[in-house]
Amino acid sequence: MRWLLLKDLQILRRSPLQLTLLILYPVVIALLVGFAMTRDGEQTTVALYNAMPADSPLGFGGEEVDGDEIRDQLCDRVDCLSADSVEDATKMVESGEATAAVILPEDLGEKILSLASLNPQSPEVQVVVNGSNTVESEVTDDRIEAMLSEANLLLAKRLSEAANQYLDLILEGGEFSLFGQELEVLGLQKSEQILKRLENKVPAGTDREELQRAIRFAGLATDNLDLAGPLLTAITQPIKADKIEVGDEAPSLDTFAIGVTTIFALMFVTVLLVAGSLALEKEENAFTRLTAGLVTRLQILLAKVGLGTVVGFGVAVILLVGLGLFVGIEWGRAPLWLLAILFGAAAFSAGGAALGAAAREVRAATLAAVMICLPVALLSLVPDDAVGPAIETVISVVSAAFPFKPALDALTSGLEISGSSVWLNYLHLAVLAAAYSALARVALRRF
Amino acid sequence: MGRLCRATSHKFLSVESQVSGPALRARGVSKAFGGRQALEGVDFEVGPGEVVALIGPNGAGKTTLLSILAGIAEPDSGEVDGNGVAWVPQQAALYRRLSVRENLLLFARLQHDAGQTNDPPGQMVDRMLELTGLGERAGDRVGTLSGGNQQRVNIAIGLMAEPAVLLLDEPSVGLDPGQRERLWDFVLGLVGTGTAVAFSTHDIQEAERYAERIVVVAEGEGIFSGTADELRQAVDTGSGDLESSFLAFLREHGH
Ligand SMILES: Nc1ncnc2c1ncn2[C@@H]1O[C@H](COP(=O)(O)OP(=O)(O)O)[C@@H](O)[C@H]1O
Ligand SMILES: [Mg+2]
Repeated sequence: MRWLLLKDLQILRRSPLQLTLLILYPVVIALLVGFAMTRDGEQTTVALYNAMPADSPLGFGGEEVDGDEIRDQLCDRVDCLSADSVEDATKMVESGEATAAVILPEDLGEKILSLASLNPQSPEVQVVVNGSNTVESEVTDDRIEAMLSEANLLLAKRLSEAANQYLDLILEGGEFSLFGQELEVLGLQKSEQILKRLENKVPAGTDREELQRAIRFAGLATDNLDLAGPLLTAITQPIKADKIEVGDEAPSLDTFAIGVTTIFALMFVTVLLVAGSLALEKEENAFTRLTAGLVTRLQILLAKVGLGTVVGFGVAVILLVGLGLFVGIEWGRAPLWLLAILFGAAAFSAGGAALGAAAREVRAATLAAVMICLPVALLSLVPDDAVGPAIETVISVVSAAFPFKPALDALTSGLEISGSSVWLNYLHLAVLAAAYSALARVALRRF
Repeated sequence: MGRLCRATSHKFLSVESQVSGPALRARGVSKAFGGRQALEGVDFEVGPGEVVALIGPNGAGKTTLLSILAGIAEPDSGEVDGNGVAWVPQQAALYRRLSVRENLLLFARLQHDAGQTNDPPGQMVDRMLELTGLGERAGDRVGTLSGGNQQRVNIAIGLMAEPAVLLLDEPSVGLDPGQRERLWDFVLGLVGTGTAVAFSTHDIQEAERYAERIVVVAEGEGIFSGTADELRQAVDTGSGDLESSFLAFLREHGH
């Protein structure tokens, strides 16, 4: 069997065009897919639940901001669905009706008002996203960030007007209330006048009261400067988002993108190589000679699966490590992702062998490989909530019967997610490898 | 009709079988693919060192018979006796992207691992390169060789296990007359060393020129076995032309 494997590697080395295509094609496809995935032209739907009391105008610094205005700002960038409660909004996200929910809490108004006071509190909105879909939740993150910055811009304008009033107070003096106590602020301009007068009087005697007022101003001025700190923070980002994820854990977009790229390359390299190379045995007429007492059909099959596993594993690891230089992958988890690639390579190879055995011709095998791999892989990438339940079932069955989805899950889990699911993915791939090998063996009977 | 011509068959047997018996013998071989009867009760023999041509129109069942004789396919009924039978497939069963040496080495290794020969693969390759006269082209890819040279490599692989009978399925298809002649010089050189050869062809001239005996199959049935002259005598066309006799013979037997 090792001689068969050696022979196939020699043939592969002699086929520079095939070798180049085998590597270039998957990389190009993978890049296109990665690019397409990160671009999302559609409007995101966001469930909005507004718990703020309807009749609480947000007036500060003489300017009015009301809840509707904030909502309009939020809903400028996305399609808003109104929800009746926090639970309702969360359900909409879980069911996929909305990609995210934004919850405006009851005390949001008070907190926004407090921004203009001496004791500012950070207003927070809650954002609920479905974590089980990497692409959408990342896209939604971007959208919500954009929404919040719109709302924040509006508040920042109002707050800077409020800050101006404080600056006026410090400059010109006046009255304002702190903890129910009316305080008189002297103001820098008056202080200057008083100090000028004191200048004349000090040698002659002391005017205790005026001196005390100057001292009190000094203290207040310090307090006012302290106030400027939190106030400025509030201006840069008045509303903070408190993000909650519902649904299963999903890999980050980076991990997902390199996972898709790597598994795409792995799929094309192994399926095309094994299907083509097995069909070549028939085309070169060598199969009959090999099976005429030299080797068994099973040995030929295993040699082909071995070839695909070795070459596919090599190409995928090189690609992943190359991508890892840009994106950063966890080298400590290498055993996990290497195993994912290994099991994936074996499953794809077995699938390729079944295809090659059925097609019996290099061209037909190659064409069939592309025509089957591409749609099935793309189908596996369709988000669950993008389709109805019936189609969703079909997609999940097709995805489970083909190694792409389990290999992608195994790789992204291996790269990032902890837990036992990665072992289930390995098992899934091993079962597929065995099943496709059995299919290939049956097809070789009438090869 | 439908049986090998007994008289001639006997005549042949009386010559060869007295010495050591046929090197390969098949009796009453039948084989059907689906509903289609490819072979029906065919008898066939090759004596030691004998050269036999198996001739018949396309689809007659020549390839099917040879693969059953080689033990690659199982007959539905009938029996095959023979040891040391090597079979060379119709088209060159070679890897075109590998060199002559690499092809020979691969099959030498596989035959060695399968216990068909004890010779070290490296030595075997050198011997086959010498035998085929392709030593100078050992490093060339098989795909760049002429059809005749490809067929030599193809046959050389069949010879590695030093068979008593070599079965060649249409060895000269696609070769020009010059290539064909050189190929036969090569094959008949082997016969000089004691190897029996049975080859299929649909070219009656080739059969007459290179074979000692001709076996005619048509539509799965063996209808003649004897020398070219006996075939001429079997039908009286008056011209003495073997091709006309052959066609007349086929027609006479309803093919
Ligand atoms: N594997 C097969 N499956 C089905 N039919 C076959 C197969 N091999 C041969 N046949 C049929 O058997 C008959 C004899 O074929 P073959 O032995 O190849 O003829 P020849 O070699 O004389 O041209 C033909 O009719 C052919 O179509
Ligand atoms: Mg034939």
